[in-house]
Amino acid sequence: MNIPVECYLVLSSLLFFIGVFGFVTRRNLIAMLISIELVLNAADLNFAVFNRVLFPGQLEGFFFTLFSMGVAAAETAVAIAIIINVYRNFHSDQVNSIKNMKL
Amino acid sequence: MANIIMFCILAVVILGSAVMCVTTKRIMRAATFLLFVLFGIAGIYFLLDYTFLGAAQISVYAGGITMLYIFAIQLVSKRTLQGLVERLKGSRVVVGALATLAGLVTVVAVLLKNQFINAALGTSDTEVPMEQIGKALVGSGKYEYVLPFEFISLFLLACIVGGIMMARKEEEK
Repeated sequence: MNIPVECYLVLSSLLFFIGVFGFVTRRNLIAMLISIELVLNAADLNFAVFNRVLFPGQLEGFFFTLFSMGVAAAETAVAIAIIINVYRNFHSDQVNSIKNMKL
Repeated sequence: MANIIMFCILAVVILGSAVMCVTTKRIMRAATFLLFVLFGIAGIYFLLDYTFLGAAQISVYAGGITMLYIFAIQLVSKRTLQGLVERLKGSRVVVGALATLAGLVTVVAVLLKNQFINAALGTSDTEVPMEQIGKALVGSGKYEYVLPFEFISLFLLACIVGGIMMARKEEEK
């Protein structure tokens, strides 16, 4: 018995907007980055579901999800390096404390 | 029937952990709940019979990215981040919740009213064979992905170099 495709899509849109909510409300840099991860995961899930349910013979969404995982890993590494640098310079991890990009 | 029960369990785990992840005050707990969300998404991939994708999700996201977060949280500062309690402004939470609800209602209404979803065929319950995935990943023909594959390895290398450059302490100006 198959799961209707609407269930997957509603799940991923709920996850997406939970991530958006976190991104809007939190003011901590790492918490904002974690919210971005939730949003990216929701988008990946949509790619996989559309590929599986609508075009089961092809692999485009599959590979898009795979490459998007790699890009997310790279993005996290660079963002965490930036956050560590910001912390070192400003001694804070709140976005409100960063007024200028340069010291 | 078993599929639907599994899907419901995974959906509850994912959504509950995601809500806890964005509302918890402590940053370490947010990272831990993110780990549960990632495992749940991997479970959904397994449910879709994309086992390779689920394994990649567990090894890259749960094994790699969460470790990065935890190391960053532990390394940055013992006092500020580990026991960090963030104060959320009530007005900002209300505005964010309203904007989120408006977007959610719009997107779900569009998705549910759309008719192309009904054209979905019954999903075959067969796993995608590993041979097909491997051939498509490193083949150079039509609908094969050797160029993005090579490009993303170069991209990861560039990001490693950039991350080291940025996080390194500068000796002298």
